Amino acid sequence: MRELTYAEALREAMRMAMEKDPTVFVIGEDIGVYGGAFGVTAGLFDQFGADRIIDTPISEAGIAGACVGAAVTGMHPIGEIQFSDFVVLSMEQLTLQAAKMRFMFGGKATVPLVMRLAGGSGTGAAAQHSESLEALFMNTPGLKVVMPSSPQDAKGLLLASIYDNNPIIFIEHKLLYKTKGPVPEEWYTTPLGKSHVVREGKDLTIVATSMEVTRSQQAADELAKEGIELEIIDPCTLRPLDLDPIVNSVKKTGKLLIVHEAVKMGGFGGEVAAEIAESEAFAYLDAPIRRLAGLDMPIPYNRNLEYHAVPQVENIVEEARKLVKGAY
Amino acid sequence: MVQEKTEKLIGGVFTKDKSLQLIDTMLLVRSFEENAEEMYALGKIHGTMHLSIGQEGVAVGTASALLPKHDYLLNTHRGHGHFLAWGGDLNRMMAEFMGREAGYCRGRGGSMHIADVESNNLGAQGIVAGNLPISVGVGLSIKARKSDQIVLCIFGDGASNEGAFHESLNMASIWNLPVIYLCENNFYGMSMAIKKSTKIQHISERAAAYGMPGVTVDGNDVLAVYEAMKTAAEYTRSGKGPYLVEAETYRWKGHSKSDKQAYRTRDEVKEWMAKDPIARFAKVVGLNEEGLEQHKLMAREKIKQAVEFASASPEPDVKDILDGVYA
Repeated sequence: MRELTYAEALREAMRMAMEKDPTVFVIGEDIGVYGGAFGVTAGLFDQFGADRIIDTPISEAGIAGACVGAAVTGMHPIGEIQFSDFVVLSMEQLTLQAAKMRFMFGGKATVPLVMRLAGGSGTGAAAQHSESLEALFMNTPGLKVVMPSSPQDAKGLLLASIYDNNPIIFIEHKLLYKTKGPVPEEWYTTPLGKSHVVREGKDLTIVATSMEVTRSQQAADELAKEGIELEIIDPCTLRPLDLDPIVNSVKKTGKLLIVHEAVKMGGFGGEVAAEIAESEAFAYLDAPIRRLAGLDMPIPYNRNLEYHAVPQVENIVEEARKLVKGAY
Repeated sequence: MVQEKTEKLIGGVFTKDKSLQLIDTMLLVRSFEENAEEMYALGKIHGTMHLSIGQEGVAVGTASALLPKHDYLLNTHRGHGHFLAWGGDLNRMMAEFMGREAGYCRGRGGSMHIADVESNNLGAQGIVAGNLPISVGVGLSIKARKSDQIVLCIFGDGASNEGAFHESLNMASIWNLPVIYLCENNFYGMSMAIKKSTKIQHISERAAAYGMPGVTVDGNDVLAVYEAMKTAAEYTRSGKGPYLVEAETYRWKGHSKSDKQAYRTRDEVKEWMAKDPIARFAKVVGLNEEGLEQHKLMAREKIKQAVEFASASPEPDVKDILDGVYA
């Protein structure tokens, strides 16, 4: 199959949706001739023009509000938040307006917007340009939270998100933009709310998100040399969370490790751990549930400190090995 | 000058019948709110509400200059008047107010979130200035569809000091979006007097900063509001871009039910009550006290019937509690 980068896959999804459907447009900062801070929208301005690739002033609340207003009146807007950190400047529109509008109006409004966020650390961008904020949105009923980890899912999940009738927070990872993988050329959607078993194994279940799926794969390759088989599950959609594949996997392996870049306190890992503790899989656990997450701190600037602030391949290898060897 | 204009309008656009319709709608709004207050006092409804008694001229003058249901409405928390003037169904509105299944939002939204998307009424608003960024998106949507609709985005003096005000007016202006920003300046953002919160005299002066026209109008003169909004609507509908109208008015009641009104004097309230938009317009139309009383009774009768309708509607079933969270 033809290979694309994660950024190219996202762009292809937007291009296909816009070619097919005049209600789809993209709005954000520097997405026009500049092509977006990470190049995701490169070339779209030339094809679709300023009315559909809308460059905005630096106004994150305005971008989000524009998406809400357009969505509730029949459009399918795709907003881009240049660095996911800046989304806090548009939280009112996303959490108090978009997320609640349908419910508040008695189920009679539809708000089909997608807000794309460039998240994650690893680029030396320091504390205000490197955060992983998915937990803020996980805690907001009415929103769906999507985090693709591969080019193929990036395209399929974005097309599914554009045509979902709910507001979607679509969190991309800066380090993934240049990674390559097979991407079908045709139009396809990857259903939201479905966890993917991305690697099968019998010794330990890893639930990882975004860039940590890639790191977990590398850790699994390492451990395979020692005869340890990891099963890796990528939830893809954090809200609503498809728990069944995780429950089934834990019943098989008896061990669970959750890995994400976001800080541990109040994070996605705690939610998965609690769900498993409440589920039938609990009785199958033969070790404590463990979490690897970002340290409880802002992302540091120094390259080495930044590296150590979030789970890396060797951390996953070590933690998985300890769990499998019965260290806990 | 004002008198002259008024006479021209009365003789022209506003026939006697149409003028009486304006009176009736203003009275309906006032009766709705007086009744709301009474029901609250009697414990028949719970929560809070924001009454616009004294501000009816703005709502009715505005809606009469626009094309309700064709145009879009983005309302405020103090929005009963605008909702009714927009042609909202009194029964379903009352049912929503009472939290019933037959309400516009099936009892899930209440006074502060009442909406009817089908009639392009995109809802009242619990967040001060929350509707301002949304107006940009509705404007973009209209532009993309090449429609001749306009957006009426209403907010108070308090909202004009939110950051969202700046982002929205700027974006609407650079993209020439068909939005009329209507600032209902009732001189207080809850307890904060505008003279303490804002250095300039008129909020409409801010329009210049966004390169759009801005005008201040006497909000208690329903025809003056009509005229200003008509001018704004013609400008905006013709594709020239957004327009800021500031209507100065006054709420006779407190901000919400918890308000002891320690921040203003009784004399000030009395002074404004003397500028009652309804009594004032009744005089212009030539309706004497007795005639006005008859119209009041008609409004109250409609309210009574709406309460009966709403009371007969069932409460939402708890088994449906999660309805509408997701599509």
